[in-house]
Amino acid sequence: MSIDVSQFYQTFFEESLEGLDSMEAALLGLDTGAVDLDAIHAIFRAAHSIKGGSATFGFTQMAEFTHVMETLLDEMREGRREVTQEAVNLLLNSVDLLREMIEAAQAGTTVDEAQVGEVQRRLEAMLHGEAAAAAPVEAAPAEDATPPAQAGEPPAAEAPAAETPATDEEGPAPDPAGATTGWRIVFRPYEHLLRTGNDPVRMFRELGFLGETEVTLDDSRLPPFEDMDPEVPYLAWTLVVHTDAPRDRVEAVFEWVEGDCELDIQPLGGADEATSVAADPHGEAAPEETPEATAAEAETAASGETPKAAPEAAAPDEPAAEPAPEAPAAEAHDEPPAPQAASVPEPAPAPAPESTPAAERPAAPAPAAQPAPAPAAQAAPSPAPPSSQPSTQAAPTAKASPTPAKPKPAARPKGDAGSIRVSIDKVDALINMVGELVITQSMLSQIGDDFDAFDLAAFEKLKDGLAQLERNTRELQESVMRIRMLPISFAFSRFPRMVRDLSQKLNKKIELRLSGESTELDKTVMEKIGDPLVHLVRNSVDHGIEPPEERLAAGKPETGVVHLNAYHQGGNIVIEIEDDGRGLDRDKILAKAVERGLVQPEEAAQLPDERVFDLIFEPGFSTAEQVSDVSGRGVGMDVVKRNIRELGGTIEIASRPGEGTTLTIRLPLTLAILDGQLVQVGGETYILPLVSIVESLQVDPNHLNQVAGQAEVYQVRDEFVPVVRLHQVFGLTPRSERLEDGLLVIVEGDGQRAGLFVDDLLGQQQVVIKSLECNYKPVQGISGATILGDGTVALILDVAGLIRLAKAPGLRTPREAAA
Amino acid sequence: MAKILAVDDSASMRQMVSFTLKSAGHEVIEAADGQEALGKARSGKVDLVLTDVNMPRMDGITLIKELRKLPDYRYTPILTLTTESGTDKKMAGKEAGATGWIVKPFSPDQLIATINRVLG
Repeated sequence: MSIDVSQFYQTFFEESLEGLDSMEAALLGLDTGAVDLDAIHAIFRAAHSIKGGSATFGFTQMAEFTHVMETLLDEMREGRREVTQEAVNLLLNSVDLLREMIEAAQAGTTVDEAQVGEVQRRLEAMLHGEAAAAAPVEAAPAEDATPPAQAGEPPAAEAPAAETPATDEEGPAPDPAGATTGWRIVFRPYEHLLRTGNDPVRMFRELGFLGETEVTLDDSRLPPFEDMDPEVPYLAWTLVVHTDAPRDRVEAVFEWVEGDCELDIQPLGGADEATSVAADPHGEAAPEETPEATAAEAETAASGETPKAAPEAAAPDEPAAEPAPEAPAAEAHDEPPAPQAASVPEPAPAPAPESTPAAERPAAPAPAAQPAPAPAAQAAPSPAPPSSQPSTQAAPTAKASPTPAKPKPAARPKGDAGSIRVSIDKVDALINMVGELVITQSMLSQIGDDFDAFDLAAFEKLKDGLAQLERNTRELQESVMRIRMLPISFAFSRFPRMVRDLSQKLNKKIELRLSGESTELDKTVMEKIGDPLVHLVRNSVDHGIEPPEERLAAGKPETGVVHLNAYHQGGNIVIEIEDDGRGLDRDKILAKAVERGLVQPEEAAQLPDERVFDLIFEPGFSTAEQVSDVSGRGVGMDVVKRNIRELGGTIEIASRPGEGTTLTIRLPLTLAILDGQLVQVGGETYILPLVSIVESLQVDPNHLNQVAGQAEVYQVRDEFVPVVRLHQVFGLTPRSERLEDGLLVIVEGDGQRAGLFVDDLLGQQQVVIKSLECNYKPVQGISGATILGDGTVALILDVAGLIRLAKAPGLRTPREAAA
Repeated sequence: MAKILAVDDSASMRQMVSFTLKSAGHEVIEAADGQEALGKARSGKVDLVLTDVNMPRMDGITLIKELRKLPDYRYTPILTLTTESGTDKKMAGKEAGATGWIVKPFSPDQLIATINRVLG
């Protein structure tokens, strides 16, 4: 049987990445206070699991690397090593590297050896720094990291594997000189041996795989029956194994009972072995003679032959021998109460009836006759399972090698590209909801079957049913939406590490507080908000929080606080990034804005704070005098704002000099649903995303200006916005061409404003977005479509696209584009 | 065909062990830590316990000690799955009452060979 371990890779990758996350989190927690043993244990466990898994699944590089890490962690765990900042940093680096390794393994490649070697050397250097740890590191990687097969770890398991074929070959022609090879084993279990779950029968059977075995029973310790404790092994055995197997093979059989018994293993070859030695060649020469032959010969023959031949040889001899040893062996696991019977398959029953007083069987009064059944019994079990045993036993040597030999981890595509893990609760809720829906449906169809339009009671029922259907539908929709929702902790989780690294780099003291991490939002939104959040947090750390001296001088605590908070509000998720730093410098921003021509010098003074702060979202605007590699060149804020807008969200800044800055991001919970404003243009209904609407107003002709021929601009307070006549864009006939007969909807998109001329505003409602791109093709100015309650299709307008369209000289309308 | 309780906090290890043993015709019950394993062992006798040592909640050593207190498990073979090849770790398991150990990493075939060695 060959098992392809690559089928377990994906699980291994996933659990390892999770393990690394928790390792990182625990490491980050370490340096803030006193050493937390639980945390160290958790870190150790994660490293330990990755090591075990990577070694098992043949990722040698990872296994070697984690081994060194583990050794270091082990010393910390046992208090032999201090948890220094340096060590934590190095371990964090190691976590990063391991992540890369796992990702590489997922892609079927490996990480650059030099890169791994570098970090591994640093780990080793740290280990060697303390003499105590030096030794294990040297030795361990070599033996531990070897892929499964070569490791030769379960020696006992391999021993038979190697032996079974060996006997096959050597059996027919035993080397006369080597005939003396073998081992004499004196095995005397201590009282508690059985309580370890070990069973002499199993060990004897193992020995049987090594070669023919003679067993001599010593029951001298057997007490009178009435004093017998069934749980104590009173017996002792002397076993003679004829084998070429080296001592360690024999020792391996008794490996698990070391310390639970008296064990003496001596090589054969002494004078008293003469008989059995002499017997060997005979047994080989004439296996058929066995019935009459000495016991030694009989079983020599049995196991000297191939295992297949053995049952035949043994069976006629000892018809009872075959089933017997199996039965006690099987029983032994279930009910060990009778240790003797269970542990000594044949010898016990056999000698018992024959021999009279138990005491007089010490050593070997009639060694040739007495032990006879025993070896036979011994021989029997070994051939008994050959059909199953050798096949599996031979396997390790034959098959184990290919398993680790192919390090290429099955170039499996990253299976999780588009998948999410959903908690059972959510799926259960969904199933529940569908159940409700089915009930409602059957109720409605029943009403439909015998519906009488004049039956008022039936009509009431129908109305109830419809109300129920509506409720079910809404709940079902919410449940389905929730499946895509993940807690924002997924996005927040990277910040502890990031803030820690940044603050070290910048020599600042910063505490990061997270709250509302369980607030859920759509996975797609989460993925897209990740980078903007990183940018904003970097800004807070880099520009917001002052260096410790400056904070102290300002009478603030030395350690600055960056607080990330998330909560639901209405249909939105609100994410706040708050710092207690120096706040935005209004004058500096204004000076820059004037310099860039964004603000007229004369209006600068009266500009309200929020407008001033909003300026930092202008493209290319940066007040950082010194561009650091932390927050970059200020190319970011406009991109941040654009990204948030693209998600249908908004961002606001509040700041007070010397007290700090708060950024508030509002995002829709999902991208699949939109809060829309329905507008009417020439008998058609369009939908404007509510977030893009600034205000709607009735046109005052006095504020309307014509610029350069056709273009119209409308003055909204002190701002001029271009007017976009939607009916023109879409080629419709409006109710009226006169602006004052309709409404102007002031919208903002991509940092630009425009006034959209529409006939009328209809209602506001949540709409489910259907992609135009998937169902038709992308059309400029339109972001999607939806189906309204009356079944008609309405197009959802893309405000930024519309503004671009309107500004384009050769106004190419969606109509033309679509045509 | 035996009923085997496989205990490991690593899902991939559990999957591998379980798959291997099932392919060999055994019935496998899985548990992710000592606590869970103890509960499962109590609710139905198993023929063999394979347990990882390092686990959250309840480690393998404690599990073995607890199992050995149960009359049903006084003699049941319990093997530890250990990455730590050091003698002291193996011995810690033994002192708690383990029958033996399998050292990680092991291949599916090695696992079966060892299981057969114990189950016969």
